[in-house]
Amino acid sequence: MSLKGKKQAFKVARGEDGETKLQDYEITLDEGMVVLDCIHRIQHEKEPDMAVRWNCKAGKCGSCSAEINGRPRLMCMTRMSDVVAETPEGQPIEIRPMKAFPHIKDLVTDVQWNYDIAQKIAPINGPNEMNWEFNQMEADRVQHFRECIECFLCVNTCHVLRDHEMFDDFAGPRNLVRLAQYEMHPLDTEDRIPEIKKEFGIEYCNITRCCTEVCPAGIQITDDAIIQLKERVVDRYYDPLQRIWRTITRKKVRY
Amino acid sequence: MTEEYLKHEYDVVVIGAGGAGLRAAIEAARSGAKTAIITKSLLGKAHTVMAEGGCAAALQNADPRDGWKVHFHDTMKGSKWLADWRMAEYHAKEAPDRVRELEQWGAVFDRTPKQLINQRNFGGHTFPRLAHVGDSTGLEIIRTLQERGIHEGIDIFMEYTVRHLLKEGDRVTGCVAYTRVDGEFHAFSAKSVILATGGITRCWSVCSGSWEYTGDGHALAMWAGAELRDMEFIQFHPTGMVWPPSVRGILVTEGVRGEGGRLTNSEGERFMFDYVPEMFKGDHAESIEESDKWVEEVVSGKLATVRRPPELLTRDVVAKAIKAEVGAGRGSEHGGAYLDISHRGPEAIKKKLPSMYHQFMELAGVDITKDKMEVGPTAHYVMGGILVNAETQESTVPGLYACGEAASGLHGANRLGGNSLSDLITFGKRAGEFASKRSKDLAQPSIDETQVQNAIEEMIQPLNKEGGENPGVIYDEMREMMQNKVGIIRTKKELEEAIEELNAFKERAHASFPGTSRRYNSGWHQALDLINMADVSIACALAALTREESRGGHTREDMPIPEDEYWGKTLNIIWMEEGKVKIRQEPVEEMRDDLKDAIKEVKDMIAERAEEQAGGGK
Repeated sequence: MSLKGKKQAFKVARGEDGETKLQDYEITLDEGMVVLDCIHRIQHEKEPDMAVRWNCKAGKCGSCSAEINGRPRLMCMTRMSDVVAETPEGQPIEIRPMKAFPHIKDLVTDVQWNYDIAQKIAPINGPNEMNWEFNQMEADRVQHFRECIECFLCVNTCHVLRDHEMFDDFAGPRNLVRLAQYEMHPLDTEDRIPEIKKEFGIEYCNITRCCTEVCPAGIQITDDAIIQLKERVVDRYYDPLQRIWRTITRKKVRY
Repeated sequence: MTEEYLKHEYDVVVIGAGGAGLRAAIEAARSGAKTAIITKSLLGKAHTVMAEGGCAAALQNADPRDGWKVHFHDTMKGSKWLADWRMAEYHAKEAPDRVRELEQWGAVFDRTPKQLINQRNFGGHTFPRLAHVGDSTGLEIIRTLQERGIHEGIDIFMEYTVRHLLKEGDRVTGCVAYTRVDGEFHAFSAKSVILATGGITRCWSVCSGSWEYTGDGHALAMWAGAELRDMEFIQFHPTGMVWPPSVRGILVTEGVRGEGGRLTNSEGERFMFDYVPEMFKGDHAESIEESDKWVEEVVSGKLATVRRPPELLTRDVVAKAIKAEVGAGRGSEHGGAYLDISHRGPEAIKKKLPSMYHQFMELAGVDITKDKMEVGPTAHYVMGGILVNAETQESTVPGLYACGEAASGLHGANRLGGNSLSDLITFGKRAGEFASKRSKDLAQPSIDETQVQNAIEEMIQPLNKEGGENPGVIYDEMREMMQNKVGIIRTKKELEEAIEELNAFKERAHASFPGTSRRYNSGWHQALDLINMADVSIACALAALTREESRGGHTREDMPIPEDEYWGKTLNIIWMEEGKVKIRQEPVEEMRDDLKDAIKEVKDMIAERAEEQAGGGK
C-alpha cells in the first residue's frame, strides 16, 4: 500500500543532556520513505535546529541509530511502511535517542566510550613480508566480523551496559567483535586472551543474544564472536590438559 | 565582541578522516610529525564507507598480463587524455604496494585460489584489477586505516568543522574550526595543512554522496587563494537506485556489471551494444553470446579469451546511454534502465554482492536474485578539485596540501571505477610524507587573533538574527536547481541561468536562520555548508559554461562532439578573487617520451588481443 499523502504523527525526543520530552509533529508522507526522511522533513519544514547524526543514508556508516517505537534501529534502513504497519492506527510513531549512552541533544548521544575501548585493543600483528597468503575459507571467518558498521546498536541493547552500566568492566559486543576479528585472523600472532578475560570482561556476557538480534549488518555476534572468545578463555584458564601442554611446550594452542 | 577559543599546535593538521585523510595522517605521524586529524563526523563514518566495488592496483594476482603500464594506459585513456600523467604514473606504480600494506594492517580482501588478494573486472580496466571485499571494499579500507591510525599517536578531533584556513603572507599556517556538539571554537597552528575533505556531490539532488560531500575542502582552498582544475567534470555514475523516490541516487555498485550484470531497456534489449564509442570500437563484445562467454570464463576464474560486455564501458558512456534510452521512451517504469544479475543465482549474488542484495531487499522490496533492478545516473564523484603538484600533493599555496577526491589531476575528464580507493591510499601517503617533510624546517606559526575572530564572526553569523528562512529549504531548492541545470546534459543557457541563481542562493543562505542555539544545531551546520556549496557549484557551472565541447563527465547538448584540437589539450583553472570565481585556460603538458612509448606498447597489446578474441568469440 502506498503511503503517499498520508498524514503521520510523530513524537520525537527533544532536549539536552538527558532532559528530554516528547514533542508532537505531523508530516505528510511520500512513497517509499524511511524514518530518517521523516526526521529531515521535520527539520526542513519546522525545526532546523533538531539534532540528528547521519552520514550516508544507505545503511553503511552506522551514524543514525535511534530507538523507533522502542526498538533500536538505523533510521535510514527502517522503512515507513513497516513502522506504520507496526504502530496502532491513530498512534504517533515514537523516536528517541539510544538510551545506553550519555545524551547530548535530541536524537544525538555521546558514543566516545566505544572509541576509548577500541584504543585499548592491540592491533593486528602478522608477517613483515608483503603478499600474505591465506585462503578464502580463512578469510570468510573474519570478513563476517568486518561488516560491522559501528552503529553501536548492539552496545545500546546489551543489558550489561544498558541496565547495569558496567562500562568500566566490559568491552561491549562491538569491541568483542573487533577482538574476535583479530583473534581469528589467519596470520595474526598477537595474544589478546588475557585482556579478553580480565580487562574486557567477556565473562559478564550471559548470552542473551539481544546484540545479535539488533545488528543491522546481520553479524552473528553471540555465536560467532562472543561464544568463540569465551571458549578460548575457558581453554586457557580452566582446561587442565591445555595448561599442562602449555607448561611443557611453552606454546600457544592453535585453533 | 570577541569570542573565546582554544589553541592547538601541530606540525601537520589533516582535515578529513576518510581514506585519504587517514592514510596521510598515518604517514605524517610515522615520519615523526606531531599530527592531528580534524573530522566533521565520527571516526570511520566518512564517505569512503560507501565505496563498494574495489580498489584498482596492478597486483597481477588475477591476471599476470597486467602491469603498471597497462594501468597507466587505462587511467589516461579513461581520463580522455586530460589526466596529469605524472600522477597517473605514480598511481599505477605505487598502488600495488599501498594495497599490500593495507593487508598487513589487517584488511581481509577476497582471495584467489593461490591464496592471494583476488581482483575483479571493472569498466575501463583492461584486466581484472580491483582488490575487493564483496561489495563493501570502502568499509574494509576505512576500518583498516582507522584501526591502524588510532595506534600511531595521532590526535583525533571528531565532529569539528573547519571553516577557515589561517594564513601568514602567502602561506597557510593553520585553521579555525567549531565543534558541532557544543559550538565551541578552536584555532590550530600548523606548519602544514592537508585537505582530505572528499567531494562535492551533495550539490546535486540525485547523488550517491553522504551529507558531508559539501565541498568544504574545495571551498577552503579557493578562499585561501589556491587554484582548482577540471571543475566541469562530474562523474554521474550510471547505476544509482531510482525507486522509491527517497532512495533515488543511492549507489548500485559497478561490481554488479563486473559480475556479469546485464543492462536492458523496456523492450528487453541489451542496448549497450549500440553505444560503443569510436575510441573503444573493437575492444568490446559484439554479440550477447560473446558477452555471456566472457562472464562465464571470468566468474569461473579463467583468463578471458573473448571480449568483455559493453556494459563495462567507462561510466560516462554508460550513464549517457541510459539517459538516451530514457529520452527515447525506452526507459524502465520509473525512468531508468533495468539491470539484471539474477542469472548468476542466489548463492553467488549473496556472496559477491551482499550489500546490494540487502539494499534492494530492504529499501525497495526487490529481490535481486529473482528480479531486475531499476537503475539510473546519480552524481557520484568530482574529477575536478584542488590543483596539486603530482609528486608532493602541495597546492598552489605553500603549506597547503590536498589528496583524495578533494585534489585533482589523476582522473582528468573521467575517473575509472576503482581508481578512487587507490587514489586515496597512493596520494594520501604522498601528501602525509611531503607535508611532514616540509614541517621539519619550520618554526611553529603564531595564531593571528584578528583572522581567528573574523572567522568566528562569519561562523556565528547565521545565529545572530531575529528570523529568516529555514536553511533546509534553500538546501533542497539549490540541489534541485543544480540537478536540472548543471546535470548530466548541459546547455549554455541553463548554465548561465544556474550561475545567476547560485549567486541568489548564496544571498539567501547568508540571510537564513536556523535558530540561535550553538548546541548540535543541524540547521546551523547546514546554513554554513550552503555557502561552500554555492561557491563550489559556481566553480562547476562556470567551468562547464567555458568548455565548449563534450568530453567525459561534461556533456553539452549544444556542443555534443569532443573538440580535440583545442579542448582536447586544454584545462580550465579556477580561482577566487575578492569573492568572485575566476577562470582561465592552460595547455595540457606534453607527456614524457618513455610514457608515450609505454602507451603505445599497451595499445598494440590491446589491439592484438582484441583481434585474437574477436576470433575466439565467433
